[in-house]
Amino acid sequence: MATARTSYLRTGLIHVALISYTLIALFPVFLTLVNSFKTRNAIFREPMAIPTPSTFSLVGYETVLKQGDFVGYFQNSLIVTVVSIALVLLFGAMAAFALSEYRFRGNLLMGLYLALGIMIPIRLGTVAILQGMVAAGLVNTLTALVLVYTAQGLPLAIFILSEFMRTVSDDLKNAGRIDGLSEYAIFFRLVLPLVRPAMATVAVFTMIPIWNDLWFPLILAPGEATKTVTLGAQMFIGQFVTNWNAVLSALSLAILPVLVLYVVFSRQLIRGITSGAVK
Amino acid sequence: MSDTKTADPEIAPIKRPFRWHILVFLAPAFLVYTAIMILPLIETLRLSLYNLVEGQTVFVGLTNFVTLFSDPRLSGSFWNALGNNLIFFVIHMLVQNPVGIALAAMLSVSKLRFATFYRTAIFVPTLLSFVIVGFIWKLILSPIWGIAPGMMDWVGLKWAFAPWLGKSESALITVSLISVWQYVGIPMMLIYAALLNIPDEVLEAAECDGITGWSQFWKIKLPLILPSIGIISILTFVGNFNAFDLVYTVQGALAGPDGSTDILGTLLYRTFFGFQNQMGDRSMGATIATVMFLIILAGVSLYLFVIQRRMRRYQF
Repeated sequence: MATARTSYLRTGLIHVALISYTLIALFPVFLTLVNSFKTRNAIFREPMAIPTPSTFSLVGYETVLKQGDFVGYFQNSLIVTVVSIALVLLFGAMAAFALSEYRFRGNLLMGLYLALGIMIPIRLGTVAILQGMVAAGLVNTLTALVLVYTAQGLPLAIFILSEFMRTVSDDLKNAGRIDGLSEYAIFFRLVLPLVRPAMATVAVFTMIPIWNDLWFPLILAPGEATKTVTLGAQMFIGQFVTNWNAVLSALSLAILPVLVLYVVFSRQLIRGITSGAVK
Repeated sequence: MSDTKTADPEIAPIKRPFRWHILVFLAPAFLVYTAIMILPLIETLRLSLYNLVEGQTVFVGLTNFVTLFSDPRLSGSFWNALGNNLIFFVIHMLVQNPVGIALAAMLSVSKLRFATFYRTAIFVPTLLSFVIVGFIWKLILSPIWGIAPGMMDWVGLKWAFAPWLGKSESALITVSLISVWQYVGIPMMLIYAALLNIPDEVLEAAECDGITGWSQFWKIKLPLILPSIGIISILTFVGNFNAFDLVYTVQGALAGPDGSTDILGTLLYRTFFGFQNQMGDRSMGATIATVMFLIILAGVSLYLFVIQRRMRRYQF
């Protein structure tokens, strides 16, 4: 009986601790979302209150949509993120397949070379990247961002995917070979569909830093036409620093897509982490 | 597994035709990675040995480094940024990783209800962009809005409130803690995964020997997750010495007040691009990037060649 009681107590304490930390984690997000729907007075008078009919207001969102080209920024972010992820997945899976499937001279060396980028941040090469992009005439284009993010995402993608591809049955691939499939067909038609869960994990891991990055948009593509949401929100906040309605609405707009994606992909993400892909 | 299969052709005496498909599979990743990541990195390292002398770019050896370390104007900000960066890292190691481990340990208690919900919620801040995180906290801690002082008033701590972000003594600690708040999800997830991988038999054996609860965590689980703690430490190190965004969004490029939150990333940004009345300087930018590269390389090597090798790994 005594042990049962201590274990109830222990579980209770654990719940208290976890609930407190969950509140700490979510409170700022909650505060932003709630206050973005309130009138200016209500934001200041009762910051913690849920909007009521008398304090409800969309004036912040109106300002954001009128002043900043957020639709354009969203589009830029979306294009950059989707294209980069597609390239990372395709190129990464191809390289991972070559490294995990074939034995050739330099295999290990190539693996190590491609893994370097997991630890060394691409940011340190910014000085020369900017120089190169200027020389190639790619400054203020989305192409520049896509290229940088593809290079940035590849090392981890190759690492994770090659771990997974080692687990694909050799018999299956050899059966394909006997049936006369080319190596390309084996990759695209047999192996790729089997590692789809790993691809989803890589996609989520690749997406978050790209969507949230401020450094490269600020340096490589600060022009109005190529601003990403993150940079657009940063600039907008800088301009409207005293217009709290607008700022809170801009922040909410920037939070929402990430939250939605997270809710959709969170099982995948957690399964990816717990299945040992990144240990 | 695949050894037996792939070894066969190599024993065979017939010379194989060149396997073009390997090249085709590797080429795109190799080219993009080399062109956008490795070559610029090497070029940046090279640029740090050059500088403009009378409008010409000439080789100057290590002069840039000497300037960075000892020039009265620049070295002051460099040593300040390096010191701040160290404090930034120490706070992460002392707060973020222990809190992450504690959360993971609580989440991994077997048959805990709502574990998925807690895990999902606690990971949310990690997904948010620095712009959002920086600005939300700036608003919350602002004396104008009064959220922080108001909440501290509830618990009778109103006297302890101060505009932490605006005072040079407390600004760095505050920014570090905001960053900890954002990133605690990463150590939590990695340690959680490591804890789940501990086989039940090991824990059952421990329970048979009467080792439960706290002592089970300290004596059984902690030694088994040490490799994962090593990984989160090195990830924290690399992330911290490469950080820029949060300080930039909370305190601006000048990393105020009075440079008290300046870290290497913001120093690199200001030096390379210039800010307000300071001119951008490509060579000194490259020099700072090189120093950052060497620091990160030293940390990663220390981890790979010293710490990781000495760590005992258990295979189940």
